[in-house]
Amino acid sequence: MEKTDYKNVYVFVEQRNGEIQSVGLELLGKARDLASVLNEKVIAILAGDQVKKHAQYLIEMGADEVICMDAPELKDYLTEQYSQAIYQMVQKFQPSILMFGATTIGRDLAPRLAARLGTGLTADCTKLEISEEGELMMTRPAFGGNLMATIMCTEHRPQMSTVRPGVMQKMTRDANRKGTVIDFAPNFDSSKFKVKLLKEVKEDKNAVDIQAAKILVSGGRGVGCAEGFKKLQALADVLGGQVSSSRAMVDAGVMPHDRQVGQTGKTVRPNVYFACGISGAIQHLAGMEESDYIIAINKDKYAPIFQVADLGLVGDLNKVIPLLTEKLAKEIQK
Amino acid sequence: MKIVVCIKQVPDTTEIKINPATGTLIRDGVPSIMNPDDKGGLEMALRLKDQYGAEVTVITMGPPQAEAILREAFAMGADRAILLTDRAFAGADTLATSNALAGALKCIDYDLIIGGRQAIDGDTAQVGPEMAEHLQLPQISYVTNVEYDGKKNLTVKKETENGYQMLSVEMPCLLTVLATANKARYMSVAGIMEAFDKEVEIWTADKIDVDRAKLGLSGSPTRVKKSFTKAQKGAGETFEVDAEEAVNIIISKLKEKHII
Repeated sequence: MEKTDYKNVYVFVEQRNGEIQSVGLELLGKARDLASVLNEKVIAILAGDQVKKHAQYLIEMGADEVICMDAPELKDYLTEQYSQAIYQMVQKFQPSILMFGATTIGRDLAPRLAARLGTGLTADCTKLEISEEGELMMTRPAFGGNLMATIMCTEHRPQMSTVRPGVMQKMTRDANRKGTVIDFAPNFDSSKFKVKLLKEVKEDKNAVDIQAAKILVSGGRGVGCAEGFKKLQALADVLGGQVSSSRAMVDAGVMPHDRQVGQTGKTVRPNVYFACGISGAIQHLAGMEESDYIIAINKDKYAPIFQVADLGLVGDLNKVIPLLTEKLAKEIQK
Repeated sequence: MKIVVCIKQVPDTTEIKINPATGTLIRDGVPSIMNPDDKGGLEMALRLKDQYGAEVTVITMGPPQAEAILREAFAMGADRAILLTDRAFAGADTLATSNALAGALKCIDYDLIIGGRQAIDGDTAQVGPEMAEHLQLPQISYVTNVEYDGKKNLTVKKETENGYQMLSVEMPCLLTVLATANKARYMSVAGIMEAFDKEVEIWTADKIDVDRAKLGLSGSPTRVKKSFTKAQKGAGETFEVDAEEAVNIIISKLKEKHII
């Protein structure tokens, strides 16, 4: 392998049922940063059936080129179909960096491809940077978020990573951006297609997208029960936000898993994060510490949440929250 | 049916704490357990065995003390246990680990390989799919249920972000399973008694079918450059005041930040 033959920052942009997934756009945003340091291009990989219509959108969201693979075989995500397509694309285009969202698709596809390509892969990264030598530095949490590790893949190409959704920031859409669209038709070996999709069932569990909320009112053990969460909901309603939860209240069955913030839940970065009765275990902090402004309300003045909060109030949330809701409602009406 | 379940011994990461003075992990006294997703995979295999009859082999790669989880698997109902242990495996990243395990699998008869989705110490979810590629097997990850038609086919439920998929796959194949797929059985008393009479087979790198250059640190394309505990951002202001005053402070800050 000649390292210098491998160039540019490639992003696999996930689509589901023909809809571009947010994480792909986040990766395009990050890829722009990396590509500008390297003085290289950002190239989006768009795979599906009749998805070419999205190519211009990806250019407006940061891609310089879009490699478009339109084929009936790629309509729904299936491991082998997608592995064949992207493997062939990698062989032809030789990416230096290849990124995927750390989703159920990206985390199924990327390791399969990494093994086929015989290269390294770093899972679920939360930070990507370029070293002085122009190598990719991939940082990720390990040991349940207790430890961060920076990983490199200096002797193999492409340098592959999956990136946690909700961590990187999208570019603002720029309708004036120009780019090129390249059609690429993989040759499929259908004798290897051994898995068939029988049906896909949507469940309501992701009806609320806490990652998209600008304001989150989050509750922990200190909130105690479903009744307590109603008070948080009232505050969220006044502010146009959503209610989220720590793991404790999800495990207790009070809140659904799709509302869980943290290492085993979702990573969020709202403009304001209210941490109500949340002590601030490291696994929880891992999911919310990038929030712009953190307001913590907790009875225990030694709770670790106060170490990351921008504004901490030591007090009883059962008193503070309803009063805050009432006063805010008046303020907003003014 | 012959089923091989890949399991890993991990520190119980929910018990790990950081030493605030040194910023390092405190591992002393942290118990070692069978990785939860792997236990879900083992339970899935044992249920197939209960229902259809199967020979269940468990395999782990690790230091000699990893034998403990193989004994536990015996006590739950596994029939055969293999410990892959050799200094040649040390320092392996996921690719080198998958090469070692695939090399061992090439020496075992199987219809179905089951692994956990991911281990709680590394959280990569990469070893299963990488093994499947080395063995040229179809894979399904994030599995929470499996039904067997009694012949060659499995119907598999895979969790996704938006719901689930039902997939069909012909054996041989590889599945990676979530801990939430089932509630793993406890070890039985008789099982515990027997577990210590059964033989754990010890396999070294010489015993398996693999190119030695693909093992251990030298077979690992990735390198950990540094590891560190997260620098916490500095604490902001904290006030210990009555509710009325607290609310006034919050509202003035929200105004200052142009939130309201």
